[in-house]
Amino acid sequence: MAELKLTNVGKTYGGKVEVLKGINMDIKTGELIVFVGPSGCGKSTLLRMIAGLEKITVGSLEIDGVVMNDVPPSQRGIAMVFQSYALYPHMTVYDNMAFALKIAKKPKAEIDASVRKAADMLQLTEFLDRLPKALSGGQRQRVAIGRSIVRDPKVYLFDEPLSNLDAALRVATRIQIAELKESMPESTMIYVTHDQVEAMTLADKIVVLADKGIAQMGSPLDLYERPQNEFVAQFIGSPAMNLLPGDITATGASTTINLQHGHEAVAEVQTEPGEKGWHVKVGVRPEDFRIAEEGEHIFFEGKVDYIEALGEVTLLYFRETGADNPIIAKLPGIHPDLRGQTVKLTADAGKVQVFHEGRSLRTR
Amino acid sequence: MDNIAGQKSTLSWAVNISVIALVLLWLFPTVGLLVSSFRTTDQISGSGWWLALFPSEQNLTLRAADPDKNRVRVDGMWVVEGNLFAEGSVAKISAWGTTSRDVGAYVPGETADLGEGETMTVQANGDYVWSGTESQISGRGQRVLATAITPPEFTLANYERVLFSGTGTDSMAKAFFNTMTVTIPATIIPIAFAAFAAYALAWMDFPGRGILIAFIVALLVVPLQLALIPLLKLHLDIGIGKGYLGTWLAHTGFGLPLAIYLLRNYMVGLPRDIIENAKVDGATDFQIFTRIILPLSFPALASFSIFQFLWVWNDLLVAKVFLIDATGETTVMTQQIVELLGTRGGNWEILATAAFVSIAVPLVVFFSMQRYLVRGLLAGSVK
Repeated sequence: MAELKLTNVGKTYGGKVEVLKGINMDIKTGELIVFVGPSGCGKSTLLRMIAGLEKITVGSLEIDGVVMNDVPPSQRGIAMVFQSYALYPHMTVYDNMAFALKIAKKPKAEIDASVRKAADMLQLTEFLDRLPKALSGGQRQRVAIGRSIVRDPKVYLFDEPLSNLDAALRVATRIQIAELKESMPESTMIYVTHDQVEAMTLADKIVVLADKGIAQMGSPLDLYERPQNEFVAQFIGSPAMNLLPGDITATGASTTINLQHGHEAVAEVQTEPGEKGWHVKVGVRPEDFRIAEEGEHIFFEGKVDYIEALGEVTLLYFRETGADNPIIAKLPGIHPDLRGQTVKLTADAGKVQVFHEGRSLRTR
Repeated sequence: MDNIAGQKSTLSWAVNISVIALVLLWLFPTVGLLVSSFRTTDQISGSGWWLALFPSEQNLTLRAADPDKNRVRVDGMWVVEGNLFAEGSVAKISAWGTTSRDVGAYVPGETADLGEGETMTVQANGDYVWSGTESQISGRGQRVLATAITPPEFTLANYERVLFSGTGTDSMAKAFFNTMTVTIPATIIPIAFAAFAAYALAWMDFPGRGILIAFIVALLVVPLQLALIPLLKLHLDIGIGKGYLGTWLAHTGFGLPLAIYLLRNYMVGLPRDIIENAKVDGATDFQIFTRIILPLSFPALASFSIFQFLWVWNDLLVAKVFLIDATGETTVMTQQIVELLGTRGGNWEILATAAFVSIAVPLVVFFSMQRYLVRGLLAGSVK
C-alpha cells in the first residue's frame, strides 16, 4: 500500500553535470511501473534516488504523503533487487533472507516464519542451507527477490533484475515476477530495464526516459499505438518504427503527405488548414506494412536489398531510400523469393503516425 | 585464467627452473640449520650437514679402561679387556694407532707391539685386549687413536640446553616468550585499527577522504628510522618509558600505513551492490562493517597479519630502541642471537639451534596461512 509522488525531481552531480531534471510522476498503490530508456538516460539513477542510495538534488519524493528526501533507505519502506543479485556471499540463503529482519531485531520465530514463507513462494525451501555460490543464476535472483519479500516493503524496486540471466531463464523468471506481482496486488513495484519485452509484458505503466526527462509515460499499448514523439516511437517496438520525410499536401480529418521518395502517404491524423506545406516525418511500424494489392494506395515502392527470415515473420530491408536508416518491413510468413524484387508496400491510414519537429500530430 | 596470452609459453622451462632454483636457495640453508641443530660439535666440525644422514669417518681419541681397577691376571700377564666405545655404539674402526704421529698404524685385529712385551689388540667393533707386565698395565688407560666409521647420530641435547637448561646467556626460553609478548599484540592492534580505518576510507563519505588516503600512501615511503628518536623521547616524556606498551605502540604506528593501504584497496574492491543492499536492509555502518565487510575481507586481513607477524617477529631495531633495557629482562630472540654470536661464536650447534628456535614459529605461521597470503595478495592488488 503505497503511493509515490515525485515532484520536479532532478539530479546533478558535483553541481555541474545534470543527469535528470523535472521528473514528475504519480504512482498509485499496486501499480507496476517500468522505467525504460537508452543506456545512460538516468533510469537506474532515478531508481536509486527513490531507494535513497543517491541524494535527490532538487524536487521532492513522497511515499504515502511523507517527504522522503532525507530519510535513510531502510526507513522508506522500500526493498531493492539489484542487477548483480548482491547476495551476501558468506551467508546461507536463509541468513541472506533473514539479514534485514535480524538487523531490525525481530523475534526469532517471526523471522523464521517469514523466511520460510518467502522461500516457499519462490521454491527455495530446499536451498535454504546453501551458500550463494552453490546456486544457479536464476536461483540467486530468486533469493534476491525473496530477500526483498521477507521485509514486506511498501515499494519494491527492481534494478534490471534479469539482465544477468540467460535467455531461457530470463523468460521463466519474468513470468515468476509477473505471478509474484499478481499474488501481491497491494504492493507497488518499480522496475528498471532496457529490455522492451520485459517492459511491455510486466508493466502497468511504462515510463520512457530520455534526454534527462520523461519522454512519455503511459500503458504499454498506449506507448506502442500513440507515441507522443519520435523518440518513443522509435524506442518502443522492434525493429524500430520507420520514419519517412515528406510534406503535408492535404489537411483535414485525414492528412495526405507527399513523401520525398515519390509516393504519397495517408494518415488518419487531424490537421488544420494552416499546416499545409509543413515538413513532417511519417512513421510506420515495420509490422504495419503489407504488400499492396492491385488498386490499393501505394505507400512505398523499392527493391528488397536484404531479407531476414525468422520463420514466423520475414524482415525486408530497403536501403536506397534517401533516409538514414534502411526502411524495414515485417511480413508474416516466409517469403524467400522477394530478395532483389521490387515490392509495393501499403499501410492502414489508422496506424500511420505523423511527426512535426519531433512531436506527434496525432497525440497533440 | 586459462586463456591468458602466453600461458603455454615456450619459456615455461625457464619458469620451472627458476622455481626450482628459488626453492633450493631457500631450502639449503634452512634444512642445513635444522640438521645442524641436531648434531654435536664434533659432528659439525667433522662433516657437513649434508653428510649427516650417512655414516661418517671420524678420528677419535679413545682410552682403555682404568687398568688399576680392571686388570686381571692371565697366564702371568696383566690383561685389561673391554670395548673402547660406550655401550650401544655401533661405530666401526677402520684403522688405529697408539701415537699421534701415526694414527693409522694398524688395521683392526692386528696386534700392536708397544715395546717390552706390552701389546694391544683392537677389533673393528672396539673390543680390545691390552696386556703387559704389572708396571705396564697401570696408571692411565692406554690411549688409542682410531679412525672410526660412526653411524649417523642425532641429539636433542642442543634443544634441551637452549630451551630448558641453559644458563642466562644460552637460554632462548625467556627471549622466546618475550618475543611472543611483543609480537601478538603488535599484530592484533594494527589490524584492528586498520580495518576500521580502511572501511571508512573505502565506503564512508566524508570531506577530505581523498587527501587522507593520499597522505597514508605518502606515509608508506617514510622510513621508520626517522621516527625512532623523537618517538622514544615522547615515550619517555609521557611516562611510558621503555617497555612492552611502547613497543606495541611503535609497531602499530609503523605498521598502520601499509595495513590501511592494503585493506582499503581490498575493501574498495568489494561489490558496491552488497553494501548498498545492506544499507537498504537497514544495517548501520558498524553493522555493515562487522557483518559484511569483515567476513569478506578475511583473506586480506590474514595476509596482512602474516606480514606484520613476520616483520615484528624478526625485528631487532624497534625492540632495541623501545624495549630492551640494561637489565636484559625484556630481551627478544633476535637480540639473544646477537649476544650468542658474541659469547658462543664457535659453538655452531648452539647458534644453529637458537636460530631454528627463532624461525620455527614464523615457519609454522607461514605454512599454515600461506594460502591466504597468496589469495589475499592477489585479491588486494588485482581487484
